[in-house]
Formats: sequence, C-alpha cells, structure tokens
Amino acid sequence: MTFNYFDKTLADLNADLKAGKITAEELTKETLANIQATDEDLQAFVRMHEDEALAKARAVDEKGDFSNPLAGIPMAIKDNIATNGLETTGASHILSGFKPVYDATVTTKLNDAGAVIVGKANMDEFAMGGSTETSYYKKTKNAWDHTKVPGGSSGGSAAAVAAGQVPYALGSDTGGSIRQPAAFNGLVGMKPTYGRVSRFGLFAMASSLDQIGPLTRTVKDNALVLNAISGFDKKDSTSVELEVPDFAEKIGQDIKGMKIAVPEEYFQEGISDEVATQVKAAIVQLEAMGATVDKVSLPHTQYGVAAYYILMSSEASSNLQRYDGIRYGFRAPDAKSLEEVYKNTRTEGFGDEVKRRIMLGTFSLSAGAYDAFFKKAAQIRTLIIGDFNKVFADYDLIVGPTTPTQPYGIGEEIGDPKTMYLGDVLTIPVNLAGLPGLSINAGFNGGMPVGMQLIGKPFDEATLYQVAYAFEQVNHFYDQHPVVEGK
Amino acid sequence: MATSISKEEVAHVADLAKLSFSDQELEHFTGQLQEIVAMCEKMAEVDTTNVEPTFSVTPNVNHLREDVADNWHEKKALLAQAPDEAADLIKVPAILNGEDEA
Repeated sequence: MTFNYFDKTLADLNADLKAGKITAEELTKETLANIQATDEDLQAFVRMHEDEALAKARAVDEKGDFSNPLAGIPMAIKDNIATNGLETTGASHILSGFKPVYDATVTTKLNDAGAVIVGKANMDEFAMGGSTETSYYKKTKNAWDHTKVPGGSSGGSAAAVAAGQVPYALGSDTGGSIRQPAAFNGLVGMKPTYGRVSRFGLFAMASSLDQIGPLTRTVKDNALVLNAISGFDKKDSTSVELEVPDFAEKIGQDIKGMKIAVPEEYFQEGISDEVATQVKAAIVQLEAMGATVDKVSLPHTQYGVAAYYILMSSEASSNLQRYDGIRYGFRAPDAKSLEEVYKNTRTEGFGDEVKRRIMLGTFSLSAGAYDAFFKKAAQIRTLIIGDFNKVFADYDLIVGPTTPTQPYGIGEEIGDPKTMYLGDVLTIPVNLAGLPGLSINAGFNGGMPVGMQLIGKPFDEATLYQVAYAFEQVNHFYDQHPVVEGK
Repeated sequence: MATSISKEEVAHVADLAKLSFSDQELEHFTGQLQEIVAMCEKMAEVDTTNVEPTFSVTPNVNHLREDVADNWHEKKALLAQAPDEAADLIKVPAILNGEDEA
C-alpha cells in the first residue's frame, strides 16, 4: 500500500495544500498509484481519467488558489454523471464508448471548485440495482469484506471512499442508491432534498425521484461537498430557486431539545436483529445527548416499495426510450431495418434488470393497467407524503435504520429481484416525498457496518448534518477502516 | 383484483418496449413479472378514494426563460458520437420496406 485517505479530512488536505506540504499534482499521482495497486481487487472504478486528472491538478497548482476547500483534491464520480469528452456509460453496454459533449452541472461546479476527477465509479446498470452486480463491466466488492456486495447502485463510489482510494465521491439516489451503499460501507451518504442539486447531465432513471449527492468518511466533509454542488440551475427546471446555506453552519451545535421521531414501522418484520439492536443503541445515545425521542407511526410505509417500483419503472421505461442505437453509443451490428436497429440494439445493449424495469414500467402505463398500477401508486405517494407531513408538524427529524440487513454475499440475492427490491423499504419513502436523507455509520456488528438514517424536513439538510456530527463525535467510528491490500 | 400476466401479454409489452425475447426468456420474465406485479397488488388494500395522485414533488410551477436561440456549435462532436454517419448526417438502415430506393 502506497497512500490512502484514511487519516485525512478535506480540511486537513486543504491545509496541506495551502501550506505547500504537498502539491495537487503529487496528491493526484499518489492517489492514482494507490488506485492502480488496490483496484484490481476492489473493482470500484469502471475507468480512470488519469491524463485529465493530472492536467487538472497541474492547472490548480499553477493557479495556486486553494481558497476553495475542494481545490486540488482528487475525487470519484459515478458513471451516470456526464463529463465532457470523457466516456460515461451508466455502466451499460448500450452506452459503451459514449463521450458526452457537455458537462453535467455538478461536473461544472466541481471543475470550477478545482476538484480533480480521477475516474468513473462503477454502479448498477443505469442505477438499477442495490448491489452493483448489474453493471455490464465489473463487480465491485465491499471494502470491508470482499465476499460481500458494496450495495448499490452507487457501490463503486462507496467502495472507493471506504477503501481510502479517494476522500469523497458523488453518487445518485433514486430509491436509496447513495444511503444504502453508504450504510454497507460505513460512510456518510446524503440524498439531498429533491431540487437541491441540479440533475442536468445525470442520466435520467426516474426524473421525479433522482438526486445527486456526496459519499464521504466524515460528516463535515459531506457538508463541504454538498456546499459545492448545490443550487438552482436554469438547465434543470426542477431545481429550486433557494439560496444555498452553508450546510456546515450547525455543525458543532449541541442537540439538546431536538425533537426526534422514531417510526415504529421502521423496526418491524424484515429488519434484522443486528441492525435493530445497533440503531436502537444509537438512538439511546442521541437521547443521552439531550434530544427527546418519541415513537411515531408512518402507516403507509409498507406500501412504499410497491408504489416506488411502479412509479420508478414507469418513469424509467419512458426515459430509457432514448437508447435506440441511432445517435450515440452501441448499435447492434447486424440490423437490416430501422425496427431491427431499435430492437436488436436494446435487446443486446440492456442487461436483465434494466429490461425487467422497462417491462414493468411499460406494463404499468399500458391502457389496462394504468388505473390499478400507475395512478394507484401516485395516490399512495400522496398518502406517504401526508404521513411525513404529520410527523414533521411536531418533530425536527426522523431516525431509523437505513437498510433492513447488513451487506449480503456477492451473488446471493441477484437471482431474486423481489427480495432485492424489499431491501429498499426504508429509503424509498424519502425519495417519494422528496425529503433529505442521510446515512451515517451507527457502529459495527460482526465486523461489518450498520447504517442509521436521519430524515429531515425539505431543505433542512443542515439539521441532519448537525445531528449526524454530534453522533459521530461521541463515537468516532470513522477511525476504523478496512484492511486494504495493494498489489 | 388479481391481475395475472400471461406470456402473450408479456410478449406484447416487450414489443411496445422494443425488446425481443426468446421463448425461454419470455417464460422466465413472465414468472418474475408475475411475482413483482403480485407484490404491487398489495396497493389495492389502500383506500385511495378522493386522493389526488402525486407525480412530482417540486414546488416549482414553471421556469420561463427568454425565447432566444442558442447554438451550441457542436454538430461535429454530436455526429462523432453516432454509430454511423454520412454526409454530415446520421446514417440508418432503410426505413421503408419493400420499396425501391428513391
């Protein structure tokens, strides 16, 4: 092992760069060398952008301005976020070789901040999956146990940060795809409020649910990255015209008197004893710090998975119509007619999970099924939002587990889509309601991390960071890190 | 309300989605879709009389902008992404069947 980010926060790195203890170029070279040594095992990256990263680092050094906390620091970006001229595929065969002709807005913001994008993190194909096993390209491993899945769909982003390859990464979250891999790898993962971060240049899966957010080792780091990527964007009409606060502004404030709601439905059947025990202990700690904790009910929780899979699949089936082999990416080589171009390209270009969701979505939107499925799901979404509104009338935040179980073995659940879908039961309602949700490591069981989810009021990410930080500072779980062997 | 999806229906949906499946794959997908649809039928338990559906949670109504043409000047870069191009256009196989080329 050459180099890693286990012992440095973004603030430490920024101080080193400012003091000239290390240059951005040196830092980037170390980072690339370490990834080369460790990623043969971990498989967190689908592709590296070494030349561009080094060029960027040199440019930042030349400018010598490290006033931005991300300047000159390497990071990883999920493979569904567009980078101008650099291959971006959504881990799908159908986009092999695709080089976007523009940057996603978050990419532009990172570039402006002086961030050094070292490569694209692996993911489930088009973000459809919870284990990063549906990637066309490779299977990423859990940083803590290489026989286990890293979670997903942002599994590459999570594994790369947990293994100390990069200090932070961006992921995207439609039904839990940032929070669940963060939980599975002992990280802080934030899905911001819908509309907080521009989706321009994010490969659309379910447009009413998708959000981009950061995965980091510490709470403060996470807030710093969210500061950099948030804000209204005229290229995304669903981004919100609100001033972006300093998300770290409440970090360090005590949580005395904070009103925390714990939904009883979040500890019901399907939740493993290990997860329940760990998260309950964490909640007792929050109470000991002065928060008041009450049991509440979110009665429609159990219908969230069904409503989500109908709405998400319907939106995805429509969004993925654009992949037809005409304008970019892969085209089936043997097609003799236009109809064959469409059908053969999509049949050869998409993997099974993507096809399954396109089929479910197309079915849900078809004339005979629309009322019983699509419309019904959208009505249940209204009821789920109502459940949250009722609780937030009296409470500051909601706390519970992020996932029903700890990470499972690679290959264990991939053949059983239904079981995999039920793993999203605790994260899905947050996307349906557009709320901010953060996962933080609540400790370890059997050597593997357990995630605790904090859910906030719309645009109140700062309170989530405040509570997460208070919890982090009494436990320091981030001091523990996986054993990573280099080659 | 028990919706069961037949293999024929799945084949029809596949056609709408521009996907093709072998007979064996169709069998497999029909089984999995039936299981997922059965899970989703749980929604029928919920009384949604007079509940408005939610399709988006954005508080935005509309973002209007000036109607100004904006040329991204990226024709070459875009064409370079196309699997096949000719004469500054994207090339595809014949669109009309059974007719002589014009």
